[in-house]
Amino acid sequence: MADAGSSAELLPPRFRDWFAGRGWSARTHQLEMVAKGREGRDALLIAPTGGGKTLAGFLPSLIELSERPPANTPRGLHTIYISPLKALAVDVERNLNAPILEMGLNVVAESRTGDTGIARRQRQRVKPPDILLTTPEQLALLCAWEGARLYFEDLSCVILDEIHTLHASKRGDLLALDLARLQALAPRMRRVGLSATVDDPLVIKNWMASHRAVDVVAPLRAPSTASRSPSPVLFGTGEERNGADRSSPASAGEVDRRVGAETEGALVAHGPSSIALVRGPAGAEPVVDVLLSEGRVPWAGHTAQHAMQEVYDVIKRSRTALVFVNTRFQAEFAFQELWRLNDDSLPIALHHGSLAAEQRRKVEAAMARGELRAVVCTSTLDLGIDWGDVDLVIQLASPKGASRMVQRIGRANHRLDEPSRALFVPANRFEMLECQAAREAIAENKLDGDPPRVGALDVLAQHVMGCAVSEPFDMLELYEEVRSAGPYRDLPWEDFEAVVDFVSTGGYALKTYDRFRRIIQLPDGRWKVRDLNVAQRHRLNVGAIVSPAMLAVRIAMRGNRGGRKIGEVEEGMLEMLDPGDTFVFAGQVWELVGVTNLDVLVRPANHKDPKMPSWGGSKFALSTYLAKRVRQLMFDENHWSVLPTDVREWLGAQKDRSRIVGEDEMLLETFPRGKRNFMVVYPFEGRLAHTTLAMLLTRRLERLGVGPLGFVCNDYAMAIWALNPLDGLDFDALFDQDMLGDDLESWLQESFMMKRAFKGCAIIAGLIEKRFPGEQQKTGRQITFSTDLIYDVLRRHEPDHLLLRCARADAASGLIDVARLGDMLARIRGRIRHAPLEHLSPFSVPILLEIGKERSPGQAGEMILAEAEEDLIAEAMT
Amino acid sequence: MNDVSIPFAYAFAASDCGGLRLGVRGTEVTMRCSGALWLAGQRMLIVADLHLEKGSSYAARGQMLPPYDTRETLGRLEAEVVALAPEVVVLLGDTFHDRKSEGRLAGDDADRLRALAAGRTLIWVVGNHDADGPQALPGETADEIAVAGLILRHEPQAGAQPGEVAGHLHPAAKVRAPRGTVRRRCFVTDGERVILPAFGAYAGGLNVRDVAFAGMFVRPPLAGALGVDRVRAVGWRQLAGD
Repeated sequence: MADAGSSAELLPPRFRDWFAGRGWSARTHQLEMVAKGREGRDALLIAPTGGGKTLAGFLPSLIELSERPPANTPRGLHTIYISPLKALAVDVERNLNAPILEMGLNVVAESRTGDTGIARRQRQRVKPPDILLTTPEQLALLCAWEGARLYFEDLSCVILDEIHTLHASKRGDLLALDLARLQALAPRMRRVGLSATVDDPLVIKNWMASHRAVDVVAPLRAPSTASRSPSPVLFGTGEERNGADRSSPASAGEVDRRVGAETEGALVAHGPSSIALVRGPAGAEPVVDVLLSEGRVPWAGHTAQHAMQEVYDVIKRSRTALVFVNTRFQAEFAFQELWRLNDDSLPIALHHGSLAAEQRRKVEAAMARGELRAVVCTSTLDLGIDWGDVDLVIQLASPKGASRMVQRIGRANHRLDEPSRALFVPANRFEMLECQAAREAIAENKLDGDPPRVGALDVLAQHVMGCAVSEPFDMLELYEEVRSAGPYRDLPWEDFEAVVDFVSTGGYALKTYDRFRRIIQLPDGRWKVRDLNVAQRHRLNVGAIVSPAMLAVRIAMRGNRGGRKIGEVEEGMLEMLDPGDTFVFAGQVWELVGVTNLDVLVRPANHKDPKMPSWGGSKFALSTYLAKRVRQLMFDENHWSVLPTDVREWLGAQKDRSRIVGEDEMLLETFPRGKRNFMVVYPFEGRLAHTTLAMLLTRRLERLGVGPLGFVCNDYAMAIWALNPLDGLDFDALFDQDMLGDDLESWLQESFMMKRAFKGCAIIAGLIEKRFPGEQQKTGRQITFSTDLIYDVLRRHEPDHLLLRCARADAASGLIDVARLGDMLARIRGRIRHAPLEHLSPFSVPILLEIGKERSPGQAGEMILAEAEEDLIAEAMT
Repeated sequence: MNDVSIPFAYAFAASDCGGLRLGVRGTEVTMRCSGALWLAGQRMLIVADLHLEKGSSYAARGQMLPPYDTRETLGRLEAEVVALAPEVVVLLGDTFHDRKSEGRLAGDDADRLRALAAGRTLIWVVGNHDADGPQALPGETADEIAVAGLILRHEPQAGAQPGEVAGHLHPAAKVRAPRGTVRRRCFVTDGERVILPAFGAYAGGLNVRDVAFAGMFVRPPLAGALGVDRVRAVGWRQLAGD
């Protein structure tokens, strides 16, 4: 593609000299990105971490800015960079300002995050920098400014970093809507995406593209230096037009879609097919090993405690190791264990999202200075923050997906010519299978794909409010704009109308709130926010991340006051602890003193053995793709040679005493044990899908008179036990897909998961507020309580309300994984292989070991009250 | 703690609705699953803190809570009236969420409130949210009511108040177990006085361990927590703070 000759043409002398001065030459994909910039084209760069990806994204903007003629009037914003993480935005600010300084460019690049001081934020508003580095939430806030149109009118480029982590989520929905808004305000804006390796680039293109049927836009600037290669004129393809026609409502009328059509110059479209795909170098193949721990692979568990000495030894032999785990609890545990073994006092640190920001920054700084030998961390470090000399990535417990692991491996060795090294440490026997499957998937460069996503309506409601806060909108125009966003390209007009009605009055069938409208119609038919107060409250509640209620962990001072903050914990964790109990946090053992309002008061514990709260294993489900590979590995006996002896023997014993089934079949075992009858199945679809399956099966077994007594699930299997034998049942009928109809509906209505999902949607859609201006924030507990009341009332009186639809969709996808369960039931139809046994099987041991460890939230309420009452009765009788 | 059991021990038998019967200052009362208090001897039904039109009160300030709370609350009250056929219905204060609530009532909801006063005595005890009592709706207005050795008022008075039946505080009980935590609205009583849970569909709860309850009871009280089909008697030491 770009050789040295075109490098000379594409890069101005100052840039060429800068590269040369550092002993570098610009990489092919960097030059390609510059070329696409000159052509005014949208581009998606896919490159592994460490390939100079971020610089490639910024080069076109830097060149343009350096070629500007001097101006006497203040200029507007030129480029916006969006990062999924605050820390990454700040990190990129630092990395970007280095070349700007070294080249002596007259370019101001500044970050703006939730942590940015008020003075700087106000200055940025009056006098925008050339390049603004920020997050999706801040962008949503900027778009909801009254002066947004003026602020963004000169915007030339938006750069979306780590796009693969953003697109398939509510944050991605919100960002796509804000992109559509920016494009409407700044028709000449280019879209640039930066992504790590993904399975299917088209999914990302579809998300980041503008889906306007005819989106006619002038390029950034007339090609001057690149005039020898005039850019082709591109229009939307047939595919795009079809998409638009399909969803054009007759009622929508004719809308002028020729946004910016009057601007001069060549015409360039923004549809998915017009986005130039640029690929970075593949880099050296990663070297991935699985720790075999011969003879000591545990039957069950998630901590990998058995392997800690080996992990420690590996750390000792490495320069700097990142030790990834899947949950905060696992992080705390591993950190404790490593320090217990740390006779050499190696500098080993801990990094996870619950720690205080200050403490995390300390660890990050020590890491950047190369002072640490290992950091135990969660996904907070998944993304491409660039630190020093990591030469090994260790994954404790299964990564649950090949793509996530590739991203993590990418953290090792940011020099592409050397291979990254990674070590998998399985925590139990099933994970041994999983890690082997993941290792092979990575070696074959096979990644898990993302399921397609439809934009959420609660996010749309927030966006519509933001638009009304910024300036009056015309409903038809806004509808067209919204449908230009990838996740909303098929949005029906009726849904859009319902959302606007919701934003205005709450959208209830009982029309009593018309006089309280939050947005009102002007005489010309456009909609605007009612008053400043409503606008102000919207701005305080912008954002699409709803996290569980967090409590600050503080060291207890005299008089039950809270001292220094150590970090934050989810409220749910506290429910398992009573004052006096001990737990591990921030790498130390603490004793819970008490809880006041939003503070958890603790003091250092004297003894070393904490009462560990039980943890539910990993929070990620095994990806569908990896689950399939695990089933293949199990079925293919020749393949077992990659496994350690004890795991091979375990598989062999399973084959002898029960059976091992084909990759598209499902094994179902029944056996008596004690006075109970067990049924165990192994779908490998993840804990969420299994739990949903178990709930639904339990209802069916009750109707069949089998008397189910309980169930337990993990990522691989599900066990149900009952009073009566289960052998004689018609299993094909029992596992029929029709369980996802009425059974699912009636169970879901009452479930705590719907209440949780409803709360999230209600906050995002602005039905309830995270905080009122000038009002003390209430405790998370009180908020939970009142949204449950609202849910109960709404469900009884208007079960089809927009927000209940949103909550149902969220619960079905995120919380109970109905889609996955549906696919699984379809896959195993007619392929259930029943093994009636006299004793438990080798495979069933891990799941049976989990019985009694599980909590069953939501279900247990009445039982807990009944037990509390028994206690009082017992007390009264003594 | 042992003396706690004495005044209540005889009363743990559930009433026919799953409610809890016990003595307050010598008068038998029934705590109902709905959160209402029933004085069988007087055929008197007492409900506290209905907070009618709380939804529209929020809507007027720009938070569009579902407008169905009033009909939901009235539906629950009507069910109790049908079940018990009371001669007197006492609304123990904060019946409306704010002073303008009555004006925001939907027509059919106002009709249902009128129907409650037909054929029986309806008494509005006034509270801090609705100090003036109803403007157009039927019924008697009172600050306090003395009945059967009990005194009914909205806001509990400080210090020992033998025989007081009050609302206002929205008591809620939290019980923690290894398997999870449950929080429910509750009655709270030491056998000398009783505080009712809030009856309104949108009324939140205040943990009975909160300082607002301190000094009100002569002995550690018990909570009558509202279960699905029973009122559960929960002892003080079982109750957790927030």
